[in-house]
Amino acid sequence: MFARGLKRKSAEDGEDVEGGLAGAQAMPSYSLQRQSLLDMSLVKLQLCHMLVEPNLCRSVLIANTVRQIQEEMAQDGTWRVVAPQAAGRAPLDRLVSTDILCRSVREQEGERPGPDAGDGHTPDLVPGLATVPSAQALRSPQSSLWEVDSSRENRGGFQKSLDQIFETLENKTSGSVEELFADVDSPYYDLDAVLTGMVGSTQSGHGSGLQAFSSATAPPPSSSCRSDLGELDHAVEILVET
Amino acid sequence: MELEKTRADIISTVEFNHTGELLATGDKGGRVVIFQREQESKNQVHRRGEYNVYSTFQSHEPEFDYLKSLEIEEKINKIRWLPQQNAAYFLLSTNDKTVKLWKVSERDKRPEGYNLKDEEGRLRDPATITTLRVPVLRPMDLMVEATPRRVFANAHTYHINSISVNSDYETYMSADDLRINLWNFEITNQSFNIVDIKPANMEELTEVITAAEFHPHHCNSFVYSSSKGTIRLCDMRASALCDRHSKFFEEPEDPSNRSFFSEIISSISDVKFSHSGRYIMTRDYLTVKVWDLNMENRPIETYQVHDYLRSKLCSLYENDCIFDKFECVWNGSDSVIMTGSYNNFFRMFDRNTKRDVTLEASRENSKPRAILKPRKVCVGGKRRKDEISVDSLDFSKKILHTAWHPSENIIAVAATNNLYIFQDKVN
Repeated sequence: MFARGLKRKSAEDGEDVEGGLAGAQAMPSYSLQRQSLLDMSLVKLQLCHMLVEPNLCRSVLIANTVRQIQEEMAQDGTWRVVAPQAAGRAPLDRLVSTDILCRSVREQEGERPGPDAGDGHTPDLVPGLATVPSAQALRSPQSSLWEVDSSRENRGGFQKSLDQIFETLENKTSGSVEELFADVDSPYYDLDAVLTGMVGSTQSGHGSGLQAFSSATAPPPSSSCRSDLGELDHAVEILVET
Repeated sequence: MELEKTRADIISTVEFNHTGELLATGDKGGRVVIFQREQESKNQVHRRGEYNVYSTFQSHEPEFDYLKSLEIEEKINKIRWLPQQNAAYFLLSTNDKTVKLWKVSERDKRPEGYNLKDEEGRLRDPATITTLRVPVLRPMDLMVEATPRRVFANAHTYHINSISVNSDYETYMSADDLRINLWNFEITNQSFNIVDIKPANMEELTEVITAAEFHPHHCNSFVYSSSKGTIRLCDMRASALCDRHSKFFEEPEDPSNRSFFSEIISSISDVKFSHSGRYIMTRDYLTVKVWDLNMENRPIETYQVHDYLRSKLCSLYENDCIFDKFECVWNGSDSVIMTGSYNNFFRMFDRNTKRDVTLEASRENSKPRAILKPRKVCVGGKRRKDEISVDSLDFSKKILHTAWHPSENIIAVAATNNLYIFQDKVN
């Protein structure tokens, strides 16, 4: 699903520049790349290999990375919901220039925006900077973001975690990434919720699963069922540990 | 490439036994294959102890955890041999949840001469038996049997990443992401929990256990590494639950080198005591480090495995390669260390001469008895004829598992589903 290696920038720039390597002329700013990394990380946290329990070490490392980015963004005061994409754009599968993100702090000092410097990004710039189509889904029209927010009480644990991430993004508070691990002792990701959600709104193509997050239409199984499972797991855990 | 990833014969662990006579591999399909070194014979000097298949058996099967609605993979994460105490060989093999003790024994004789059954195998009427005949052992074709002697199950909520046999040969430990358990080989229905780093509130989880090993001589000491690049040495005599370490090894971060990927690349994927017990070696994403047990504040040696990847970390994060867990090994005299890389490359570092070499495990380069040619990765500027550029590296060909014979210069290298065995050139 993810492209490998560095990607070329959008052809609409009229140039064929390899991201980050050869001194690209229109290098995306640090904060845009940071946003892109954050989006990629959130996508990684949500993608689960359905049949086997996900790797806890990997999840912890990604969650810590998300937290770092959020903390830095909070310091910068650059929390904002990215401007909505116009519908019908071409798929955005270009990897943001990786070089900036890999550079050390010292090198970046000259480039990072001040606390209230705007990113200066207009909708025109954004297309060149998003990652995979699924990331685009996360930044879908603002209305669906709010939908996700408002119907939270119907969520299972998995959607709940995602909500909290969104809440974090909009409220500029840090620390809600921890919620991600709140249910790790119960089914690691609430597969029922995920699978139901995906089935409910599925379209063809690999990005479809994540479209579920932007549409509030797919109802998860009842939360009472999930809490039963959670308790059972808890009981089993006690048995195992004694 | 997708197909390759799910092949059941992808090797997931490699381990020599304590004499080097046997070499065990485990694979993604739950199988264990044991190779045995040929006895050297005077007639065939050239066949200097080659390894041939000795035994193959299915160690673990896939299981389904009904409570969590998740599969438990049968992939063998680790194999560890027990020292040999009689004619049979014993090894521990583990998947994510269950450790098993296997006995591998030879049978080359068969008792014959029972007179209690007739030719068709039916029991004879005791009244017709008038003589007492003692069966005689007669030679038969060699048969190697593997039997599971113990199954140590239901003790790990999280995925087992390490097992380590204690020097007392009576106990061993198994470590998962958050806990380490101590077992007695004779007792399968209980284990002692000796490390538990699970936070009371899972929302506060920021660090996991990545590897653990017992000290080779001191049966009370062990180390475990973490995803934050730290190593803790624990003493089981201090308390039953070894949550408080005796020593804490961590290298201070270089603030000028910090990026969003700093923590991920500092996560330790493997920790190994030297044979002497004086040093530990750790592998993180880009380096191998050697630590002196007497110095906690920094490693005494750091070796760059593939520093040219440092500028590619974002791509490697995107394609998940940054989470690859490479192992590392010592040679028998602790003078050389070895670890794997991408493109089927593996690296050796001589600690005394400070020289290093990059070699490749591939079919094209490996006709039998061919000498391996050193390889080089070109990091920029002009690429020489034999060099390979960073962008041409194949990241799907990763060497995660290697092993070094305990006393000779023989190495085993697992490249996806192929096993390569290299020996020092004679003459």
